Amino acid sequence: MNLTSTTDGTRRIVTVNESRIDAAVALSFKELMRVETDEATGNVILNLEQVQFVDSSGLGAIVASMKMMGSSRTLALAGLTPTVEKVFRLTRMDSVFPMFTSMEDALADTSI
Amino acid sequence: MTHKNKNFSFQIGVVSGPLAAREALAEIFVALEPMSLDVEELGTIELVMAETLNNIVEHAYPAGSHPGRIEIFGESKADGLHFRVEDNGLTMPDGHAPIGIAADLDVDLMDLPEGGFGWFLIRDLAKDVAYERLGEKNVLNLRVAITRNEP
Repeated sequence: MNLTSTTDGTRRIVTVNESRIDAAVALSFKELMRVETDEATGNVILNLEQVQFVDSSGLGAIVASMKMMGSSRTLALAGLTPTVEKVFRLTRMDSVFPMFTSMEDALADTSI
Repeated sequence: MTHKNKNFSFQIGVVSGPLAAREALAEIFVALEPMSLDVEELGTIELVMAETLNNIVEHAYPAGSHPGRIEIFGESKADGLHFRVEDNGLTMPDGHAPIGIAADLDVDLMDLPEGGFGWFLIRDLAKDVAYERLGEKNVLNLRVAITRNEP
């Protein structure tokens, strides 16, 4: 599992450099997200542009990452492919996360 | 779209383990190539089968148990893609497949569920889901409805 991050003002942008967040990597994703989000204090935008598939384990790991950040910070999701978006929509988790089709849209949203 | 009307079948076998679902899904996609399915159909199949296989890896052959085989039989019929998935692992709780209720999200942040979505997704996306224990074997049948573009 490979994550990289950059800082944009108070926001941290974490990019998933993998095509899948599934059962095989969910645990390692969660651990790496803990490091990435602990190093920042503001909101986090998760760049999912390279991710083609998220299963329920991956979804659970993303939810866990948001919970680790606490209620005062937001975890926004950006660059979701239709298949990835579908998992969030079917489980209604799309109501829990701010979601953006593109990174551009996420970066342009000043509330994140 | 005539390919979609061809009935065909395939069989795939993998050994349970952390990468079993990925391995099986890759083989399923190769087997499905003649059907020329679109991205949405493939996404549905990938989700249904990933959740089915994850459940087997996690619950039928739990960590520490002897890694067993998972057999997948696929058949394209007029009403969609039929899958039969077999394993020799532990039986389902109470001998039934979980109902798969949608998680309650109207809760505090810290109470949001981090799991339990698998069976909900399977039952939401697949039709005719039927589980039976046959001797030492778990057999799960399901169908993914594929919309056909008749000429």
